[in-house]
Amino acid sequence: MENPWIYIGLFVLIGVIIPIVPLAASAILAPHKPNPIKQSTYECGMETVGDNWVQFKSQYYIFALAFLIFDVETVFLFPWALALNVTPLFVAAEGVIFILILLAGLYFVWQKRMLEWV
Amino acid sequence: MTAEQIIFYIATGFILVSALMVVTTRNLIHAALWLVATLFGVAVVYATLDASFLAVVQVVVYIGAIAIMFIFAVMLTKRNLLDHVPQTNSNWPWAAGIAALTGAGLLYTASQLSTFGAQRPALSGDALMNLGKALVSPDAFVLPFEVASILLLAALIGAVYLAKK
Repeated sequence: MENPWIYIGLFVLIGVIIPIVPLAASAILAPHKPNPIKQSTYECGMETVGDNWVQFKSQYYIFALAFLIFDVETVFLFPWALALNVTPLFVAAEGVIFILILLAGLYFVWQKRMLEWV
Repeated sequence: MTAEQIIFYIATGFILVSALMVVTTRNLIHAALWLVATLFGVAVVYATLDASFLAVVQVVVYIGAIAIMFIFAVMLTKRNLLDHVPQTNSNWPWAAGIAALTGAGLLYTASQLSTFGAQRPALSGDALMNLGKALVSPDAFVLPFEVASILLLAALIGAVYLAKK
């Protein structure tokens, strides 16, 4: 049997090559005559204002944290879901308890109005 | 050398170079992106060890969530934190020496193991299916499984508490 990772590796390789080729081609082929206007940041024709490093809202961080929690939950649920058919019902129900405990967390976050963008 | 070994050497070389870039680059966003590259290299190593599920978890959790959280955390900082600060202090030779000693010690300890250099035994059965069964089976890991959900709940509540302050 062929290793299925070979296909994923090929996809990664092609995925790396595709952005590199046009960048390299334009670096090699394009004439290089810089001036300040050419080198300024292009933002839909508007002139850019201020620094590109702005402080973002801390709410992004909360969303990322909540996402991380439920991301880890899927890691546990995936093997459980795989074994769902071969385990007795009361054993499979333990996964439901797992989900319910974390649903309580989702309800808590919701009630604390952390899911609203202010 | 087998193809597996070649992939292993490429992946570990990639991990080492990108890990070095994480600590030497001056731009914090670039450091976070190099960290993503490092974590991806680790996922490749997992894949070469037949730990498919672990490789996917590495990409989904570490690259998909933790690295994004790092980037958000960097975006919360102010720019003046990154310029004009030296990246090393006067103790760096000591730190390098201790790190080299620890690495040599680990390598020596590993070389004393009886399985050092031995062929990896082939996995029997569907490892992921066995993991799924073990997670919910009462005579295996059902208690850690449920405790993990409590732990995640506690982390969520802690995050909300910190955010409310």
